[in-house]
Amino acid sequence: MTASPPSPEAGADSKAATAQWEAGPSGGECTVKVGGDWQLSDPVPNWSALLNQRAATDVRVMPQDLGKWDTSLVLFLVHGRAWCVASKHEFLAEALPDNLQKLLQQVAEVSAQKTKRKASIESPLVLASSIAKKWTGKVTEVVAFVGECTLGFVGLVRNPGRFRWMDWLVQMQQCWVTSLPIVGLVSFLVGVILAFQAALQLRQFGAAIFVADVVGLTVVREMGPMMASMIVAGGTGVGFAAQLGNMKVDEEIDALETLGIASVDFLALPRLLAVTVMMPILVVYANVLGILGGMFVSAVMLDIPVSAYWIETQESVGVSDVTSGLVKSVFFGMAIGLAGCLRGMKCDRSASGVGTATSSAVVTGMMLIVLADAVFALIYNVLGI
Amino acid sequence: MSTTTPASVIEVKNLACGYGDTVILQDISFAVHEREVLFVIGGSGCGKSTLLRCLIGLLKPLRGDVSYFGKSFTAADATQRREILKTFGVLYQNNALWSSMTLAENVALPLEEHTSLTREYRQEIVALKMTQVGLAGSEEQYPSELSGGMKKRAALARALALDPAIVFFDEPSTGLDPITLREMDRLILQVRDTFGTTMVIVSHQLSSVYRLADRVIVLDREAKGIIAEGVPAELAATSTDARVRGFLNLEADLTRRHEPGPPSPAK
Repeated sequence: MTASPPSPEAGADSKAATAQWEAGPSGGECTVKVGGDWQLSDPVPNWSALLNQRAATDVRVMPQDLGKWDTSLVLFLVHGRAWCVASKHEFLAEALPDNLQKLLQQVAEVSAQKTKRKASIESPLVLASSIAKKWTGKVTEVVAFVGECTLGFVGLVRNPGRFRWMDWLVQMQQCWVTSLPIVGLVSFLVGVILAFQAALQLRQFGAAIFVADVVGLTVVREMGPMMASMIVAGGTGVGFAAQLGNMKVDEEIDALETLGIASVDFLALPRLLAVTVMMPILVVYANVLGILGGMFVSAVMLDIPVSAYWIETQESVGVSDVTSGLVKSVFFGMAIGLAGCLRGMKCDRSASGVGTATSSAVVTGMMLIVLADAVFALIYNVLGI
Repeated sequence: MSTTTPASVIEVKNLACGYGDTVILQDISFAVHEREVLFVIGGSGCGKSTLLRCLIGLLKPLRGDVSYFGKSFTAADATQRREILKTFGVLYQNNALWSSMTLAENVALPLEEHTSLTREYRQEIVALKMTQVGLAGSEEQYPSELSGGMKKRAALARALALDPAIVFFDEPSTGLDPITLREMDRLILQVRDTFGTTMVIVSHQLSSVYRLADRVIVLDREAKGIIAEGVPAELAATSTDARVRGFLNLEADLTRRHEPGPPSPAK
């Protein structure tokens, strides 16, 4: 009775599934004889093919040399019964094996209870309200999380002994280790590209030395902080979301909460502060590598001596330029930490939830970075920095 | 065609399994017969799950052979392996339902992969399987929206999707309350009685062992192998091995302790 193994040997002695229609003597009740082996993997008769424009009548199903059978026979009988019910005729299956009858009965009971799902077409107003609700929820979530982090920070200042300093150091180390090579490489290449582009234009006017000004200012004010934070958002920020998301799925965050430990203080704050502290350091490093990239191109392509390039850079890039980049990098770091931790801690309890949380963390992080950059551009413009 | 009496659906010969250099089980030999409910029991760390992983092909045996319907699974090439994989379904300890898919999609995936049935027909089979496990109407729900018992049922529906000849269960009692567990046991028996499916269940839930098992295999960590094999009630009463008696009588001990008094003897 079990589904047979699909071995060729087993197939050799299996019989093809059959269903035969026999008209009754009086023309009223007819008999359908089912036999052979019924298996989903093999071609089996179906009810509509058997019907072949027959007039509706009562149907009695009889097993005839019935071998192994599986769901395919059950479905065949379910279709047969539905046909009889639709034409208000009897479907008689008493001659079938008990277990098959039981299964048919079970299916019948459920189909009787089943109600059609209501169509889910909503009016535009309902749709708009649900979208608004969703967004309000999201904004509330972010505000609440920022609030919790702020409270956690206040708690840290009041009682520094309770802060998880070791976690903070480990997170800083990880952020540093994962970001250092790629930030270095990307910043150097950005310096190279900027110098190339500037050189193409400036050489025409015999002003090649000003490549140092262009590279220096662009890297220190914009590209250094921007490139470093983008890389950290893609590496460390996503790492936070994946790690915290998995902790959420495994109920580790619940375990903290039930112990009365604020998960934000325990998990998010060390990460948030780690990336906030690391960002300016990485930006200094990115700035140096960017300027070196420019210097390399100038020395090789434009024949500008390294010393001349350095003096020109010193003259053009002021302390305020460097600090303006560093100040905003602190906020970029906060944005990355917030996005990563928030998405991780609010992740759905499933594998796909973790996936969504990580991609959402990187998108949110980058969006916040660009937003913050725009705000800083405005502020610096007003302040004349 | 090779015939064995009684028909063995699984034959394990001199199997050794482990991880790297660590041998967890060695010289394991047993057969599972058609329509049988076989329990693999034993204390924690005795290698129950390792044996199961070897049987279902997730872990390569260090030595020995596992064969299904007389065909070696261990030595099978990719095509044969795929054919053999179709003959069994597995219900994992944590259900392993694909979280990004609805229950219907979860159950339909094996059908999509292994049959050429039409979409409509597949949907009907899915509905039937869901009905069979008592989840009719939950087809469009996602695993994360279900209770532990419902997830277990859904996982069973998926394991049954291809009407396999054998179903493996890894700790089916995990996370279930006694009532849900009893219901699950009833379902397992019902499937066996309806389709004649062979069941191999790795568990240490004694109540289920006594309710369902035709035969048990007792594994032991020290012995790194099978220390007893037989009908649970008989083993509990007559085994000469104290470990086996101790394990199989645990439940009886607990029951006795919590009963108001011993059952009154016949007059």
